[in-house]
Amino acid sequence: MKKTVFLGALTVAGLAAGASAAATLDDVKARGKLNCGVTTGLVGFAAPDANGNWEGFDVGVCRAVAAAVLGDANAVEFVPTTGKTRFTALASGEVDLLARNTTWTLSRDVDLKFTFVGVNYYDGQGFMVNKDMGVSSAKELDGATVCIQTGTTTELNLADFFRANNISYEPVPIETNAEGQQQYLAGACDTYTTDASGLAATRATFEDPSAHVVLPEIISKEPLGPLVRHGDNEWGDIVRWTLNALISAEELGITSANIGELSAAPGDNPEINRILGTEGNLGEMLGLDAEWAKRAIMAGGNYGEVFAKNIGEETPIALARGLNAQWQDGGLIYSPPFR
Amino acid sequence: MSDMSYVRSEMLPERTPPASSVGFVGWARANLFNGIVNSILTIVSLVLIFLVLAALLPWLFSPTWNSGSLNECRDILNGHEGACWGVINERWEQLLYGFYPNGSEAGSIDQRWRPNLAFLLLFVAVIPVLFNMISRRMNWVLLLVALAYGAYAIGGTLGMIAVVVLLAAAVFVGYKAFSSDKATRAAEIEAGAKRLPNPLIFTAIFPFLVPFLLWGGSIWVFVGAALGFVLAGLAYRYLSTVVGSLAGMIISVLVAIVWWLFMIGPFASAMDAILPIALEQIESRKFGGFMLSITIGVVAIGISLPIGIVLALGRQSDLLIVKALSVGFIEFIRGVPLITLLFVASTLLNIFLPPGTNFDIILRVLIMVTLFAAAYMAEVVRGGLAALPKGQYEAADALGLDYWKAQRLIIMPQALKISIPGIVSTFIGVFKDTVLVSIIGLLDPLGLSNAIRADQAWNGVVWELYGFIAFMFFVFCFSMSRYSMYLERRLRTGHK
Repeated sequence: MKKTVFLGALTVAGLAAGASAAATLDDVKARGKLNCGVTTGLVGFAAPDANGNWEGFDVGVCRAVAAAVLGDANAVEFVPTTGKTRFTALASGEVDLLARNTTWTLSRDVDLKFTFVGVNYYDGQGFMVNKDMGVSSAKELDGATVCIQTGTTTELNLADFFRANNISYEPVPIETNAEGQQQYLAGACDTYTTDASGLAATRATFEDPSAHVVLPEIISKEPLGPLVRHGDNEWGDIVRWTLNALISAEELGITSANIGELSAAPGDNPEINRILGTEGNLGEMLGLDAEWAKRAIMAGGNYGEVFAKNIGEETPIALARGLNAQWQDGGLIYSPPFR
Repeated sequence: MSDMSYVRSEMLPERTPPASSVGFVGWARANLFNGIVNSILTIVSLVLIFLVLAALLPWLFSPTWNSGSLNECRDILNGHEGACWGVINERWEQLLYGFYPNGSEAGSIDQRWRPNLAFLLLFVAVIPVLFNMISRRMNWVLLLVALAYGAYAIGGTLGMIAVVVLLAAAVFVGYKAFSSDKATRAAEIEAGAKRLPNPLIFTAIFPFLVPFLLWGGSIWVFVGAALGFVLAGLAYRYLSTVVGSLAGMIISVLVAIVWWLFMIGPFASAMDAILPIALEQIESRKFGGFMLSITIGVVAIGISLPIGIVLALGRQSDLLIVKALSVGFIEFIRGVPLITLLFVASTLLNIFLPPGTNFDIILRVLIMVTLFAAAYMAEVVRGGLAALPKGQYEAADALGLDYWKAQRLIIMPQALKISIPGIVSTFIGVFKDTVLVSIIGLLDPLGLSNAIRADQAWNGVVWELYGFIAFMFFVFCFSMSRYSMYLERRLRTGHK
């Protein structure tokens, strides 16, 4: 008897899960706020300012989605998640969307049942060394001590790389990036390895950044992108095409400066018209209004503008576009067409 | 015979002790240079202290208070070693209040007076419990001043009038308290003078007032919650004479539960319709920094002590089920690290509860930390119970006291007195353990320090943030430890 009651309760819970998962858009609209999972703080990608307003590259995605769906780029409840809590937060419905520089892998996509809607930053694991070491390639790091964050994929990548090149290393386990910086500066390790964007941000904080170099080898693929739960494809579509709208906007030259002018009346370029809703009914297909993409782009500018503002070459982090340039410029950032 | 005498007939005048044994020199000789080994140790220690201070003080006193980023600090310091205090200047409010609305967002107003007022009221509420040296009148002065601060923060003409009235009342009561000394006042009371109400009344209201202040919403929900206790009390009082104390207790608990489950909603909405008093609602997500630590710490400390006492008594009970439950609970909770419980609160519960259940994350954490602290508290109190001579229990029985009276009048006052150092250690431990919530993504001071470093302007600042946080924690924990010593001194009644 007890068992059946328990199973019944589970079934009800499961059904409720199915029912609620199918209507994330309605939930978000009813709530009037988008719950967006971000990191508890990563330079350039997500950080609160002194007044508690979140800023950063990943935060830009959250704000664009909120603008597209709710019409207000500030209608976002940022839920800080750690590496350990992020997936349960998304799976349990605590957040509607996770924009937390999370690497797209098969197991996360398939086994954890998430949908990665795209890639907003192509990262890769790199090495930083002191210039005095005279090392110009990671393959010369035989016998080096390496500061490495434990429990991350970077640890496994490091082991693979050194084994493949038949050289040895001595790991210095660290817990956080801040600890890594301190250890590296104190000389506890010869080289510090983490995502290249993180290395650039770390190097920018040094008293003399020019004394340190990031080695050219990138030993892993880390496609970082926003993700949603399996089971609500409509919601996944909205997030995917909001990201694509930002990317297409850069490709087509729609910026926050000229968007008012371009959206005032249909122009010569039909794709711009379709994105901005002056032509066609793409917004309606997504279950949104015609101006959804316009609002998303106005929230923080197009992909290139968000990049430049938060992590681009003008910022202290000074990341070059590299792989993250538009496909015409030799990068991997590519949006399917809006039609 | 000469009249010379060998016996001195009058006292010599007292002479001052030699210069080498009084004043600083004497003290130093007695304490620092008392022998060769000690002298060497003293000199070595002094050199060490000098070295540490010589390195620390220039770092500590660095003129970087107004800098806007780490690089600005470096420009100001110009190659010298020094702390970058600009980060504290810019972020101290965030470290204290987290994301509590500070009026910077368009359309919002500064709400931080609410945690401030709650913090002030905390002292007003605990002082009559913790110290009996402060007079009833002084306690009311404190309360009036705290309320005046609240009225001032609310602002408006009405608020200003309230400030003036409250402050005037505070001055009046304070003047009366100062103008009459203890003896005359005692005589007046003896003669039947009217006293101010017992400040413990406010202490009883406080647990319902603070959630209202911190989380906001309609005041009637919290009034309703308090009414549940009142109803249960009334039910027990009138029913226990009719149906006996056990049945009365069960019925009164049921009354309270029914009230809380079914009646609070209608009650609150009805009262809202009549007299809407509400504060802007603040979500738990906005809590952060020391405000979060103190909230979790105070709740856990305040609730874990009674639960711990009950568990300790349960563990010693002769009733099999009560004993088994208590032992099981204590041993289970003590056998599991706090961080595991926090993960259960933050992730597992999310999966087990039906989706869409909005079970506040901070409430979950509060429950877990409280249970954790209660299990430890139970063992500390059990230590006190075990240390009590068996004669005390027998004496209580011999006096014909029932179980609860014996516990309340004989056993607990002595057992708790013995356990004070252990209890306060547990309190301090719980308060410091609150930083573990940073691991489940809540932005307590340590979590915030990471978030602050994620601002490019302050990336790389480590010692200043940790130093500030450590200093704040030290202030709280050290005061708790001093209080416990005060309490031990005050309660020392024999056993010398």
